[in-house]
Amino acid sequence: MSKVLILAEHDKGALKKVTLNTLAFARQYVAKFGGSYDFAVLGHNVGAVATALQGFGAGAVHVADHADLAHPIASAWGKVLADLAKSIGADVVVGPASTTGKDVLPRTAVRLGAGMASDIIALTDSGAFARPMWAGNLTGNVKISTANKVISVRASAFDAAEATGGSSPIQAVAADPALAGSRVKFVSFDGVQSSRPDLAEAAIIVAGGRGLKDRFGAVTEPLADVLGAAIGASRAAVDDGFAPNDYQIGQTGKVVAPQLYFAIAISGAVQHLAGMKNSKVIVAINKNADEPIFKVADYGLVADAFVAVPELTAQIKALRG
Amino acid sequence: MKILVSAKRVSDPNAKLAIAKDGKWIEGDVEYILNPFCENAIEAALQIAEANDGTETVAIGIGDDETARFIRQGALARGIDRGILVSAEEETIDSDLIARIYAGVVHRESPDIVLLGKQAIDGDSNQVGQLLAEYLGWPQATFASKIEVADGKAIVTREVDGGLETLEVTLPAVITADLRLNEPRFASLAGIMKAKKKPFDELEIDDLDLDDTGTKVQVVGLTTPSGRKAGVIVKDVEELVQKLRSEARAI
Repeated sequence: MSKVLILAEHDKGALKKVTLNTLAFARQYVAKFGGSYDFAVLGHNVGAVATALQGFGAGAVHVADHADLAHPIASAWGKVLADLAKSIGADVVVGPASTTGKDVLPRTAVRLGAGMASDIIALTDSGAFARPMWAGNLTGNVKISTANKVISVRASAFDAAEATGGSSPIQAVAADPALAGSRVKFVSFDGVQSSRPDLAEAAIIVAGGRGLKDRFGAVTEPLADVLGAAIGASRAAVDDGFAPNDYQIGQTGKVVAPQLYFAIAISGAVQHLAGMKNSKVIVAINKNADEPIFKVADYGLVADAFVAVPELTAQIKALRG
Repeated sequence: MKILVSAKRVSDPNAKLAIAKDGKWIEGDVEYILNPFCENAIEAALQIAEANDGTETVAIGIGDDETARFIRQGALARGIDRGILVSAEEETIDSDLIARIYAGVVHRESPDIVLLGKQAIDGDSNQVGQLLAEYLGWPQATFASKIEVADGKAIVTREVDGGLETLEVTLPAVITADLRLNEPRFASLAGIMKAKKKPFDELEIDDLDLDDTGTKVQVVGLTTPSGRKAGVIVKDVEELVQKLRSEARAI
């Protein structure tokens, strides 16, 4: 029997969907090995996040609400999460493989003497954790040999869990993280302002490459607007300053699997494919027919993106009236 | 000031990988490169050293003679002052043991900053810097795209979901490098010649007084994921829209 503690992800006081993708993994784990799961909500003024999690069948929603936890400082969050796991007897701690999860969870693992498996995409029949390695060219099945286990979950590999009704009790965690965080000071956050859906949650993504140059926004934004899509980018486009870092899709950026993915002027390097090749439908628009992106695309259009994308935008707009 | 920096070799990301007979790792005869994120960490260490007189830089790698070659050519030839190789079988160690080996070296060397790549592009775990920081009880700043060091502190801008976060960490600290931190320099011919004569220590894991040299995570099998097949090439935008609508039902 296991007790699984799920680190909830939230932003500006609202629950993020990746938490429910992570929950889907936790439910699979509990179904296979037996036991129950609880949520951990860390932050400041996060009451609404806790409330939003009450209907998902957890034994409890533990809330560590503290001014010093307002930003996810890894040393502080890692300690509070580990202390909570110990106090409730959780032997498995899971969280999304977001930048916060990647930053915090290893520190929790050390405090619990736990091995950690990163970026899990499946629980295998034999109970191993499947995870992409070598940019997803191979899948590694890994076992954690310690009694306590820490796991980060690739959100795009699990469908968001549904609510089950009921009302899990909310339990306050007495947390004093001040000591753990005292050698780290939050300075500032420079957020990407966007009214578009989050890349991790979008059903449709319009991604652009370096070839769009300073017309990156002019090409991708109208198409994204008409489709209600999120915008992504190749690493090269971000490196050259045509798109913010938050847009980067790939092995070392965001990993996405939307219903529909437009790769516009993206060559399809192995590192980019690692971040999007599990999309349901892939459309590639590129003027060079030899680019590797066409080897994974369901629909390829060999054309100049500066001409084809505005035309595509206009036609979809006309369809949608 | 002293900076310890990682130099890990990884298989060339464009190489065709074959799974070894035991199914647990890849076959040996592939081309290797220095982990790209380690190149950024090395460049950052050199830039900090250039801006702060009297800074010593030390590169560390775990592996065999081949790894030693990467420490010399990838780090010392670029300007890192000296190298340390810890002998170990790369295939069988996990992130946790790597972090404990690094911690053992930190206890011998007492650096002010440990600069690592944010992840190795073979295992893709993205754990070692964070694990090391916790083992040492140090602050961390992962995924760095900008580092300023002054007065015993580092101001680090981090690439995180949703934008850029800036933290101030009091040294000693662990910093992990993201790709936009800098443009790694090339080694000069003079640098390559000098690297051959730079101090180089070879250590065994036993030299590091670790309480435990076991691993916590084991690869039990590798598989090749089912690939995607190329679809169709459409002749124009109109056909694309029609297929997306009636065939894929995606718009």
